[in-house]
Amino acid sequence: MNPPRPRPKLDQENTAFWTGGSEGKLNIVKCGDCGEFTHPPRLLCRHCQSENVAAHAVAGTGVIDSFTVNHQPWAKGLEVPYVIARVKLDDAPGVYLTTNIVNCPVDAVDFEDKVRVVFEEQDGIFYPLFERTV
Amino acid sequence: MASTEAYITGLGQSEVGVRLPRHPLLLTVDAVREALDDAGLTLSQIDGVFTYPGKMNGYTAFSPVSSDDLIEVLGIKSKWHLGAAEQPAQLAAIGAAVMAVKQGLVRHAICFRTVYEAGGMADPGTYMSGARQDTVTGSSQWTSPFWATSAACWTAQYAARHMHRYGLTREQLGQIAVNGSKNAMRNPRARAITKEELTLDKYMSARMITTPLCLYDCDRFSDASTVVIVSAGDALGDVKSTPVRVAAMSGSVDRYSWDQVEWPAAYETGADLWTRTDYTVKDVNTAQFYDGFAFLPITWLEGLGFCEKGEGGKFIEGGTRIALDGELPLNTFGGQLGAGRLHGFGFAHEAVNQLRGTATGRQIAGDPKVAVATSGGGPMAAALLLARD
Repeated sequence: MNPPRPRPKLDQENTAFWTGGSEGKLNIVKCGDCGEFTHPPRLLCRHCQSENVAAHAVAGTGVIDSFTVNHQPWAKGLEVPYVIARVKLDDAPGVYLTTNIVNCPVDAVDFEDKVRVVFEEQDGIFYPLFERTV
Repeated sequence: MASTEAYITGLGQSEVGVRLPRHPLLLTVDAVREALDDAGLTLSQIDGVFTYPGKMNGYTAFSPVSSDDLIEVLGIKSKWHLGAAEQPAQLAAIGAAVMAVKQGLVRHAICFRTVYEAGGMADPGTYMSGARQDTVTGSSQWTSPFWATSAACWTAQYAARHMHRYGLTREQLGQIAVNGSKNAMRNPRARAITKEELTLDKYMSARMITTPLCLYDCDRFSDASTVVIVSAGDALGDVKSTPVRVAAMSGSVDRYSWDQVEWPAAYETGADLWTRTDYTVKDVNTAQFYDGFAFLPITWLEGLGFCEKGEGGKFIEGGTRIALDGELPLNTFGGQLGAGRLHGFGFAHEAVNQLRGTATGRQIAGDPKVAVATSGGGPMAAALLLARD
C-alpha cells in the first residue's frame, strides 16, 4: 500500500486549486481583466498584474505534453512503476500541471494522449490526477 | 578605482568522497588552503567570500557551510560577501565575486561550494535541519504530491520530450556518462566516485530511475568542497599562478518553475553568453557542462550553439567528438557523473586547470585558451566564458 501523498500547506493562493475537487472542479486562476491564466496560482495576474483574479473551473481535459515512467521508490512503501506527466490543459493556454496518469498500465501512456482529470481525495486535499480518454 | 577585468587565480579542492568522516567546515578549509597556496596568496589578502546557496540543510546536508562561517573561522576582514540561493544557478556565486572585484569592492575573493550530502544522510541528527515537515510548500507543492520527488523526475520529462521530438537515443545519451567515467579514471580526486570505467553495455542494462534516465544518468551524493579565488585585474601582482580571465558570463531565469517551461534555461543563458563577448563558439577549446543529470549537457551543447537545437544527440554520437582527444573535450575531470556531485563548482575548477595546462593526467592537447563552464538545470542557469590571455 502506498504511503500518503505529500500534503500541500493550504494558503490564500492555493486553496481553491487543492480543494476544488470536492465540487468536481479543477480550479485555475484566471484574470477578470485580460482573460489570461496564472498558474501556479497567485494573488495577481502574471500577465497584466491586475488584482482582479479568481479561481476559474476549467474543463479538466488536456493532452500529455511529456511524461516519465518512474521506477525509483522515493518513499518507503511507494509502489512503482508509476507515470509522472506534464499535462497541457485544453482550455487554459500556457498552463501545465505535473500529475500522475492513472487507471491504465504504465506502458500504455504516450505523448499527445488525451486525458481528463480524476480527483483523489486524502484528508480534504483533492489531488488532480489524470486518466486517458480513449 | 574600479578594475576592468576579473580573473580566476586560485584553485582548491578537498578530498572528494562518500561519507567522509571529516567535518564539512574542515573540508572547506582544506580547499581554501589549497587555493591560497595555488594562487600564492595569504588569508590576510582575502577580502571577499562568495558561495551558493548559503547555509541550507534540508533533507540532505545540501550546503552545510555559510560565508559567515568561513569569515569567522579564517579571520577574514571581508569587504563584501554573499551566500544565496536566489541566483541564476551555482556558478552565479563566482559571477557575484566577478562583479565585486570589477566594482573595486574586493581584491581577492574566495568562492566556494561545499556539499556533505552523503555524510549528512549518514548522520542526520548532526547535519539535518531537524523536524520533518508535515506539509509541502512553495514550488515543491506542484511536484511532490505526485511523487515527482526528485529533480530526476523533472529532468526526465525534458529528456523524454527531446527523444520524442528530435530522436535522441539512449545510446547517444549514454555517451555523457561513459565519457565522464573515462575521464574520471584519470582524475585522482574522483577515485572514491568512479572505481571502474563504465561501458555502454553496462549503461544500457542499468536499472531505470525514471525513464529515460537510468542509474548512470544521475549524479551521486558526495562530500567535498571546491574553491576558486577571483582576483581583480589590478591585483594580479600579488598572484603567482597563471590567471584565467572571466571573459564573459550570463545567467537567466525565465520562470522559477520546472514544469511551466518547456526547456531548461540553458538555451536562454547559452545564447546570451555570446552577446557579451567577441569570442564565438568556434573559439572554445573545452566544455565543462553541468551534468547532474546526463541530459543537461545536451541542452548546453545546443543552447551555446555547438550544434543546432535537437542535434545534441547526433553531436555526441559514438563519443569521439567529446572525448579527451576529441574536437570538443567535455567534462575532462569526469563531470559530476564521474567525479561526484560537487554541485557546479567542479566545472569552473576544471576549466581553469585545463586553460593553465595543469590538468595532470588528463590535460587536453594543444594550447587551450578558451573554455566554457556552466551550471544549472531546469529553470535556472549560469555560464562562464574563461580565457587565458
